[in-house]
Amino acid sequence: MVDRQPAIGGILLDRYHRQNRRRAVLVAVMAALAALGIVLDLVTGPAGLPLSETLRALSGAEVSRATEVIVWQVRLPVAAMALLVGAALALSGAEMQTVLENPLAEPFTLGVSASAALGAAVAIVLGLTLPFLPVQWSISANAFLFALGALTLLQLLGRLRGGGPEVLILFGIALNFSAAAFLSVLQFVASADALQQLVFWTMGSLSAANWQGVVALALVLAACVPFSLRAAWQLTALRMGEDQARSFGVDVDALRRWTLLRVSLLAATAVSMVGVIGFVGLAGPHIARMLVGEDHRFFLPASVLTGALVMSLASTLSKMVVPGVLLPVGLVTSLIGLPVFFWLIMRGRTRR
Amino acid sequence: MTGLCVSDVSLHYGPRPILHGLTLPDLKPGEVTVLAGPNAAGKSTLLRAIAQLAPYRGNIALDGEDLARMPIRRRARLIGVMPQTLPSGSSLVVLESVIAALRAGSDALGLQADEKAMAVLERLGIGDLAMEPLDQLSGGQRQMVSLAQAIVRDPRVLLLDEPTSALDLARQVRLLGELRALAAEGRIVVAVLHDLAMAAQWADRIVLMHRGALHSSGQPATVLTPDLLAQVYGVRARVERCSQGRITVMIDGEV
Repeated sequence: MVDRQPAIGGILLDRYHRQNRRRAVLVAVMAALAALGIVLDLVTGPAGLPLSETLRALSGAEVSRATEVIVWQVRLPVAAMALLVGAALALSGAEMQTVLENPLAEPFTLGVSASAALGAAVAIVLGLTLPFLPVQWSISANAFLFALGALTLLQLLGRLRGGGPEVLILFGIALNFSAAAFLSVLQFVASADALQQLVFWTMGSLSAANWQGVVALALVLAACVPFSLRAAWQLTALRMGEDQARSFGVDVDALRRWTLLRVSLLAATAVSMVGVIGFVGLAGPHIARMLVGEDHRFFLPASVLTGALVMSLASTLSKMVVPGVLLPVGLVTSLIGLPVFFWLIMRGRTRR
Repeated sequence: MTGLCVSDVSLHYGPRPILHGLTLPDLKPGEVTVLAGPNAAGKSTLLRAIAQLAPYRGNIALDGEDLARMPIRRRARLIGVMPQTLPSGSSLVVLESVIAALRAGSDALGLQADEKAMAVLERLGIGDLAMEPLDQLSGGQRQMVSLAQAIVRDPRVLLLDEPTSALDLARQVRLLGELRALAAEGRIVVAVLHDLAMAAQWADRIVLMHRGALHSSGQPATVLTPDLLAQVYGVRARVERCSQGRITVMIDGEV
């Protein structure tokens, strides 16, 4: 073998550290962009408030009562909800893709969204809701329970059947179709009013966002993120394959179980607040991966921020495409997401 | 009791028995043991069982401590595994993957881990690949990276499944020399090798497996005899003695 210069290790190690610093800067830039996104979201809207007026209202300065209500009770909850939903869905997509070793895994493809929609339909069409809950929460509560139930069922089936992530993915797809089938049945028997409400819900909308919802989702996110980051090295190791990760000292079964639990909570909460939102969970992680690579110390925060930014922009766009009309935000994300999806396929990138 | 002790190990894949009641002579630190035998003899499966990657019945212990009951992190510090198949498709760079192999199961500190990983790459002569993405490496390069991932935790036991299968001649010699050096540092090295000539040249001990059981074991010169090769592999072979007690194996054809 050729003797190499001893200095090359030092040089490459420096390059590695520079690369990590660059990634940290990128993550910071994305955080700044997400903050900018929320501001952009805040200043757009059918009320046509001038930018200065919006900012004055935000800063707590003296503004008209109407302006204050629009900014604080309408736009801010919507903007915050968009940010949080994007962050939650992208983080759950990112972690699912890693623990299920499949680049297409996300809450949407595994039937979480469809199950949540089924739960909402049960509330809207059949009026079956949890007792002792205020009526404005009944749809969300049902959606949450069904989404969480779907993921629990998925894990139980996977455990019973044994076998790895492929089995979970197959069950997820089966679950997706089952939920869709039951949803069709409910749509068929629904009254015209209920049907309209249901269709609106399945398109995903931020218009019903309120502060309680924002706080609930923020709490779930804040509870999950530290655990995700703590598992960063283990998740990175899993990219080398299950057996390898095991031999590195990662308890893969426990990692998968806890990660899926976190991801279930995140996805179920997010979807129950805003309805079916596709592709953020898929596109967010893929964009993040292109930007910062697969070292999960950077990849997970980057996914969170990409998702937040994409949802913020989608929320802004949903108000701008047709002036005066608030499009369901799920439509916008799907329309952004589809080209990304096609591009991913065309790029021909196959894992494993 | 020092060394790796495999006793009465049985393993099934579904109804199909792969290993039945396999007991190996104790494997000692400083020794390179080669697992040889025809296809489907259970060599890779035995390696996976030792690595606790496949469930088995029986006892596998290191220095008297049952490996199956050892906490996974502690086990990972003691055992390094180089698998036969290498997952592709990760865009992680080589250095990142080796650092992950070190940090995923331990609380190694950042900068120390980085330097340690780089030192291992340089030791294996692949330092220049440090910043290359895994999915752009050749099969042989990936195999060397896989070895780096296996030895970065300084394990006492090193398990390798056909470690030379994708390597060119120079790299094969380098890798086998490295295995000898790793053993000389007091490690127990166990490798599955198909090339018996290579095994004869580099192994201290050959364990010949046949149909899920131990056929024979010992120094290459005692195990690799024409009779035995005809019996186990069904080939006509010549075995010639060289200097320093070494032998070479030449295969002439089927029996």
